[in-house]
Amino acid sequence: MTAPLTLFEKVWRSHEVVPETPDTPAVLYIDLHLIHEVTSPQAFTVLRERGLKPRRPERTFATMDHSTPTRTEQVFGGAPISVEAAARQVRELERNCAEFSLELLGLRDARRGIVHIIGPELGLTQPGKTVVCGDSHTSTHGALGALAFGIGTTEVGHVLATQCLLQRKARTFAVNVHGRLPEGVGAKDLILAIIGRIGVAGGTGHVIEYRGETIGALDMDARMTVCNMSIEAGARAGMIAPDETTFRYLAGRPRAPQGAAWEAAVAGWRQLPSDPGARFDREIDIDASALEPMLTYGTNPGMVIPVGGAIPERPDDPVFAKSLAYMGFAPGQPLREHPVNVVFIGSCTNGRLSDLRTAASLLRGRKVAAGVHMLVVPGSQQVKREAEAEGLDRVFIEAGAEWRESGCSMCLGMNGDLVPKGHYAVSTSNRNFEGRQGIGARTLLASPLTAAACAVRGRITDPRELL
Amino acid sequence: MEPIRTLRSRTVVLPASDVDTDQIIPARFLTTTTREGLGKHLFADWRYGPDGAPRAEFVLNQAHASGCSILIAGHNFGCGSSREHAPWALTDFGIHAVVSTQIADIFRNNALKNGLLPVIVEPAAHRWLIEHPGAEVSIDLDSSTLTLPTGEAIRFPLEPFARYCLMNGVDELGFLLAREAQISAYEARRGQA
Repeated sequence: MTAPLTLFEKVWRSHEVVPETPDTPAVLYIDLHLIHEVTSPQAFTVLRERGLKPRRPERTFATMDHSTPTRTEQVFGGAPISVEAAARQVRELERNCAEFSLELLGLRDARRGIVHIIGPELGLTQPGKTVVCGDSHTSTHGALGALAFGIGTTEVGHVLATQCLLQRKARTFAVNVHGRLPEGVGAKDLILAIIGRIGVAGGTGHVIEYRGETIGALDMDARMTVCNMSIEAGARAGMIAPDETTFRYLAGRPRAPQGAAWEAAVAGWRQLPSDPGARFDREIDIDASALEPMLTYGTNPGMVIPVGGAIPERPDDPVFAKSLAYMGFAPGQPLREHPVNVVFIGSCTNGRLSDLRTAASLLRGRKVAAGVHMLVVPGSQQVKREAEAEGLDRVFIEAGAEWRESGCSMCLGMNGDLVPKGHYAVSTSNRNFEGRQGIGARTLLASPLTAAACAVRGRITDPRELL
Repeated sequence: MEPIRTLRSRTVVLPASDVDTDQIIPARFLTTTTREGLGKHLFADWRYGPDGAPRAEFVLNQAHASGCSILIAGHNFGCGSSREHAPWALTDFGIHAVVSTQIADIFRNNALKNGLLPVIVEPAAHRWLIEHPGAEVSIDLDSSTLTLPTGEAIRFPLEPFARYCLMNGVDELGFLLAREAQISAYEARRGQA
């Protein structure tokens, strides 16, 4: 009888081309390689320099999301991309994909979107697969039971040339979540609370598996929000065991197996969940029923409190003091009622249809407060179409928000969608690092519901007051 | 890649913890399509004022930092994005080792592929290094030790394969390409012609 295995160990074992030894890392096979315009150009340069070709071009999919415009006239109307270097990067990806025969969902493709939104949406991401991308939020795909992690550009070149990576096996970390999430508290609040608990380096060297009945009750969009921010806790990847929710989500998607192949795939996927008695290197328990809407107050995602709470006091910590000085906050200060200048709804964390529905549910019949700039950027063109079919775009526009084409947008501002210096932005994205959304921008990470509530009141607001 | 066996330098100290890759190189510089010339953007928003002039108070702008190739960083250096532009910017600036109590996984992987040595030390040694900016230290890869000017030699963990690659200037791509037969056999086993 074999020892019980975790989900991670099962996926790892089935992808070992050469197992690791004390002297050498494992050669790990990569099923799905996603690339985008920012972290791939130098990898193609290496292929050219060494006379190499992609070993399995059908396993790489390219899209453009980081430096692409979100204004309709710039995407579809022929207006130039305002950042010239960004335009050059877009052209270079087009050229590289053509030269190396890689499938590209280009700027005007109806299937384009943020790479971590479209992988699952198209059914490319599947349980038990290894998925990599030159992007740390590749952890998102773990929500489907894939082993998915971010890599650097050198490794992008390795995967293109060999379909493999050299990897040391990570340790395992079970985050067990029990209890029912209270009304007004969602997946974003849950993952922010987990990061607040274990810290931004708490997951380093580990692959997290999110477990427990609370996780099982989440829909796929919510599971992706949770896994997406695993990297914000320093973890190599986040995973959730595939179940009926996963299979229902994937069934019929264009790149998912069809017909008899679907039945066979599902039978295999049912074997993936961690075996009873499987041992994790580390475990923690989270009581979801005690959670509240969460909001960050500092310059990393671990600096987080309930929206009604007060900023902690750490008198002997100069880094903490510097972070608060950047944010313009004081120790002990409550966040509620603090003025807000910008609200951003979107990103690979919260740019899916259910996120937009949640935000719209609060905005319907209400207005964005005077002086607040609210930007809503769907995670993909498909999300945009689905949202428009439900009339969500009208809700946002009538409330006074801007409704854009899909992309990473204001999460990191590469395309020029920036938060002005000193402004407070309540953002559904994943990073509140200094300058992330613009030089001097002050980011407060929150759920779509909290962000919408802050937009309506123009002040930091507990969304439960408006439900 | 150039082989690295030893490194000897005065240290430059940046004690802030959780320094993320957005600080090491802000996203607006990622529109480049090459890996060269990023050193001038290293820590751009800490290094330069709004007018583009260097901030005198920032450590890398100070005279004693010139020529230092060993950065003593606070806990959890390099967290956040997977951008390899971070180690590219550091090495282009002239930093060839980062010493901390913890270094984020993706940054560490990227660093090793670019001849930037990630050195993890215990809190006591780290405290000494933080408190002694400009100390002349040496790093020896073969023994995986960092030697303080006091003569104390501190061992640090370095994955054996990474050490082998660094010391011999071996790049991992060559190693992977040499596994062609095993990769083909794996694909055949998985039923992929």
